[in-house]
Amino acid sequence: MQVKTVDLQTSQAVSAAIEKHGASREALIPILSEVNRLLGYIPAEAFTEIKRQLRLQSSDLRVYESQLYSLASFYHMLSTEELGRHVVRFCESAPCHVVGGRELLTAVQETLGIQPGQTTPDRKWSLITTSCLGVCAVGPVLLVDDDIYGNVTPDQVPEILARYE
Amino acid sequence: MPYYRSHVLVCADPECISRGALALEDALQDELVAQGLIDEVQVLETSRLGGCSSGPEIMVYPEGVHYSGLTEDDIPFLVEEHFLKGRIVERFRVPVKSDADEELGPPKPKEVRVVLRNCGKIDPENIEDYIAEDGYMALAKVLTEMTPEQVIDEVTRSGLRGRGGAGFPAGRKWQLCRQVPDFPKFLICNADEGDPGAFMNRRVLEGDPHSVIEGMIIAAYAIGASQGYIYCRAEYPVAVRTLRIAIQQARRLGLLGENILNSGFSFDLEVRMGAGAFVCGEETALIASIEGRRGEPRPRPPFPAVKGVWSKPTNNNNVETYANVPQIILKGADWFASMGTEKSKGTKTFAVAGDVNNTGLIEVPLGITLREIIYEVGGGIKDNKGFKAVQIGGPMGGCLTAEHLDAQVDYESLTSLGAMMGSGGLVVMDEDTCMVDIARYFMDFTQDESCGKCTPCRVGTRRLLDILLRICGGEGRDGDIELLETLCEEIRQTSLCGLGQGAPNPVISTLQHFRHEYEAHIYEKRCPAKVCRALIQYRISKDICTGCTVCARNCPANAISGERRSPHTIDPSLCVRCGICAQVCNFNAIEIVSEGIRAAVN
Repeated sequence: MQVKTVDLQTSQAVSAAIEKHGASREALIPILSEVNRLLGYIPAEAFTEIKRQLRLQSSDLRVYESQLYSLASFYHMLSTEELGRHVVRFCESAPCHVVGGRELLTAVQETLGIQPGQTTPDRKWSLITTSCLGVCAVGPVLLVDDDIYGNVTPDQVPEILARYE
Repeated sequence: MPYYRSHVLVCADPECISRGALALEDALQDELVAQGLIDEVQVLETSRLGGCSSGPEIMVYPEGVHYSGLTEDDIPFLVEEHFLKGRIVERFRVPVKSDADEELGPPKPKEVRVVLRNCGKIDPENIEDYIAEDGYMALAKVLTEMTPEQVIDEVTRSGLRGRGGAGFPAGRKWQLCRQVPDFPKFLICNADEGDPGAFMNRRVLEGDPHSVIEGMIIAAYAIGASQGYIYCRAEYPVAVRTLRIAIQQARRLGLLGENILNSGFSFDLEVRMGAGAFVCGEETALIASIEGRRGEPRPRPPFPAVKGVWSKPTNNNNVETYANVPQIILKGADWFASMGTEKSKGTKTFAVAGDVNNTGLIEVPLGITLREIIYEVGGGIKDNKGFKAVQIGGPMGGCLTAEHLDAQVDYESLTSLGAMMGSGGLVVMDEDTCMVDIARYFMDFTQDESCGKCTPCRVGTRRLLDILLRICGGEGRDGDIELLETLCEEIRQTSLCGLGQGAPNPVISTLQHFRHEYEAHIYEKRCPAKVCRALIQYRISKDICTGCTVCARNCPANAISGERRSPHTIDPSLCVRCGICAQVCNFNAIEIVSEGIRAAVN
């Protein structure tokens, strides 16, 4: 029987997540969110590892990879694909759109050279469109990693992106 | 009596004292005496000037200048500059902590701040600030003087309707849950404010979390719940943090947990984070998410009041609904009912976004007109352009036009006009907006957020979006409008939950009010608002163009040609409509045109 060994980083992330949120069915989404936060995304082997560690903690807690994957694929903030070092999230909602969002998105795409959903070849940048961040009064809005930029104009884009290594 | 021309307030909080505030004060007094100013300038001790970690802090009046980080050695220079020469010393100056923050600002005309009353005025991370503003007095009154039935009665009489969008009477909802003979009972707060353009709940959660917590405890007492959850979207990390701190502080004071205020009533609260799914704002999807499942709605009945979280009776209300409760208890149902219209009582927060001068949050009594909101409170349309439409109720709402400007904003009026109150997001659109593009835009959003469980929504919104994309892309066909109308009606009637039922609304209402725009797109291949990329062209005016070549050099598609000093031309087959040429042109020689095909097809 082939035994797949899991990456140490993944295994530690899963332990930390379960430790923080508890081993229960209702904690599944927080656990997945935590793993996503620690690793930047949820690698495939994390599903198996979560199943395994949960079973160890509570023998009647049976969770399957398919269930975990169905959760990870449903929620937008959970990613099963590895993202770039820096993630640019662009608000594509109507209030940002009507105040110049379209031009801004074009500028971002031109500067990075990628479309939404893609990562640059050097793996530095990922561009994702996101839903409303709730700061509509200062639209259009860009979220780079955890930094929110408001009232962004297309010509400000190169300068903002240059701040990130 | 001595007359002082200036007062200097020295912050004497423990933090500032530890950084030398008292020594600074002595040095200041000594210098003022030495300069003969001690009869003109009074030095006083005060507290809470703010920023004490960079203290000592002093405030000088009448100028209202806040100085920070001074040492004793700086005092002679400060006294000479500020008090003798009358010059403010900029390098010590820090911005004054303002009373109202930038996002809210002072109340605009016609605003009545009930839910927003504390936002920007209190420190949300300090429960004592809230208590100082009569916080938790309502809870004390409820637990010591009122029965659960009396609480429900008061809330019912006030006329409070759910502020999440549906407007169901809150008191009646609580009663329905109370009378179910099943325990334990749960309480949920829907803080998954996902409507694009709505950020009222965010503000309340970040600025006055205890108003929500107190409202929830009162509601829990009324229905007999023992555990509550605040389901907050993950896109609001600050709100989540503020809530967690607030809950901790409330627990420490015995306002949450076992035997609250010695009344025998126990209730505890937890924050649950969303993970980026708009549909989880729908209550059954929200409940599924709390239970650790995919956020897919389920049919109702049974309603959550009967079978909710883990199939137990659950009361679910919006953030704003709960935030109103403490004041209704303190000031009485009659006070609340004195505001608003006959069937829509109280105030409502709105987030005004889009093409207005004053975007931001407002709170106004229900019954105010759209005209008042957009022009008086919102300051009118930006750049003095014409008003075209306002989207109300988020992506499942409808749009209203200039002929509706004098409509009253309340639950019944809006529904009768084909729109919806929704959670309170208002997106104002000016004359340069393409309504077909807007419909496409909202449909794109709802399509993406559809959970996929039921066919009418999963497939229906996809088909609607495809048709709209074709129309905006210049490939609209005869029969498309009728097809849209039929599809919309079917999807509305047969979808499982509110998302699918409401998804066609932007299409329905834009078709109702702007049918001519759809027709222009389809039959003339023209976009009247000059927005849809496939139907517009960028054109250089031969009369104005000086041939400076700036546009040609900046065009990413190499679509512009021309000799130096001669008018340039854009090749529409190469142009990608990015707009950079128009931006860089120093002569305003480039305009957008949409002429469509000259021969109109009937």
